[in-house]
Amino acid sequence: MRRALLIAIPYVWLLALFLVPFFIVLKISLSDIELAIPPYTPTLDLSQGWAGIRDFFSQLDFENFVWLTEDDLYWKAYLSSVKIALISTVLTLIVGYPIAYGMARAPTEWRPTLMMLVILPFWTSFLIRVYAWMGILSNEGYLNQILLWTGIISTPLTILNTNTAVYIGIVYTYLPFMILPIYSALERMDESLIEAAEDLGCSRVQAFWLVTIPLSRPGIIAGCFLVMIPVIGEFVIPSLLGGSGTLMIGKVLWEEFFSNRDWPVASAVAVVLLLILVVPIVLFQRNQQKQAEAEQ
Amino acid sequence: MNRMSWFNTVSLTLGFAFLYIPMIILIIFSFNESKLVTVWAGFSTKWYGELLQNQAFLDAAWVTVRVAVFSSTLATILGTAAAYVLVRGGRFFGRTLFSGMIYAPLVMPEVITGLSLLLLFIGIGLDRGILTIVLAHTTFSMCFVSVVVSSRLITFDQSLEEAALDLGCTAAQAFRLVTLPIIAPAVISGWLLAFTLSLDDLVIASFTSGPSATTLPIKIFSAVRLGVSPEINALSTLMIAVVTVGVITASLVTKRAMVRQKQDEMAAARAE
Repeated sequence: MRRALLIAIPYVWLLALFLVPFFIVLKISLSDIELAIPPYTPTLDLSQGWAGIRDFFSQLDFENFVWLTEDDLYWKAYLSSVKIALISTVLTLIVGYPIAYGMARAPTEWRPTLMMLVILPFWTSFLIRVYAWMGILSNEGYLNQILLWTGIISTPLTILNTNTAVYIGIVYTYLPFMILPIYSALERMDESLIEAAEDLGCSRVQAFWLVTIPLSRPGIIAGCFLVMIPVIGEFVIPSLLGGSGTLMIGKVLWEEFFSNRDWPVASAVAVVLLLILVVPIVLFQRNQQKQAEAEQ
Repeated sequence: MNRMSWFNTVSLTLGFAFLYIPMIILIIFSFNESKLVTVWAGFSTKWYGELLQNQAFLDAAWVTVRVAVFSSTLATILGTAAAYVLVRGGRFFGRTLFSGMIYAPLVMPEVITGLSLLLLFIGIGLDRGILTIVLAHTTFSMCFVSVVVSSRLITFDQSLEEAALDLGCTAAQAFRLVTLPIIAPAVISGWLLAFTLSLDDLVIASFTSGPSATTLPIKIFSAVRLGVSPEINALSTLMIAVVTVGVITASLVTKRAMVRQKQDEMAAARAE
């Protein structure tokens, strides 16, 4: 009895506040815009019995989804979000792997401190960390001041409000998500395996590619998913660091909702975004479960 | 092998420089005399003074703290229960769906979570305000709590619980006297994580808050959209300071708890 209650409380909470809302989004994405006043037609009127249910389904239509395919803003935004997410995931991996590797090879007594140094920025406000780059990358910003002063460039570089700034912002803010899983995979690795590989004639580089990388693969996979999936729907970074040319679907959804007040179209955008994310989310969850079971 | 190769030293130095220099610059320029954030004009703390005069920021900060306290406490209770169910609950109907609902919010884009919760609140006619932000924050941060707590539950020795049950404890007593003290550090760090997640959140709060409740991130975001300002630098510095002190204290506390636990275990081993 008690066990049932313990299961039921978090279960019902998540059903009501996580799963059910998605069905509401789906329903509203199939409705007409009604001058921004809820509730949106059609409504399910169960008191009318079977006729009510039939009315409900006959009123649903796909015009918002048709609209998404007609205006090329939307599919361009989806494509460009996926592209930005893929490129920035690779960049984050390239920046993050050497840091995770260095941490895992550092003296044991340093590791807790290094770990805390990686986690600390992750606990600091995301918004503040993105904001910090606005001062650095702007035309009169610190980066341009240094480059002009040292004579490397003669005219200021335009970085803020371009895609470059978006990539820098993503790599910076998502770096801890990449470092931590890779570090925990590398830390568990038995170092004598590398020595064995070297004894058997591998060069250090070969031992790295043939032993270290495959053994850290679960960490790399987890890190890449943790970066890529949320970045596809990212809103804060493109809206603060990106420019008018930065097209990302999270920003489109936000503007559709807050500026155009077109809730049905915003819902349709969310439904399609979710469909794009279903595959990576399921793969991520499989990877996490496999790892959890391997630990148990 | 405790020697550091030059490659590791370089990658760690560059990596941590990349992580910390932007925030150090931000902090330095919060003490800048000039209104222009990019030109240094001498040391001053006047922006902190102006910040404390700004009633709108103070109100928003108070809303944010209340939301964070309520939502992180609720999230810790629900998340710990969820972790216990996932690790110790065995098989039950819909277990896959349950674990899916725990992992999915970790990576779900915030715009989707925010929009879907807003439509739910409007659908059931709940007025948007502090309550709706608390409900929204509890929902996504309980999943983070449950991941943190379940990783601790997986590693601890289940025979301790069984011993307590054999010695006559009820299941509830065994949980309170044996399990809870052991997982306490994870529960505390779960609470802290939920607290900072709630403190940080802009997107979900923007969707689920009404005109009566503006949180600090919403306020900061609308100010930052207009560009860099020294007042925001001062506010950011204060927030960074609070988080830094919090994280360092928390890590010292958990370290001491772990040391004490080790000592207890060793004493117990000697007593045998």
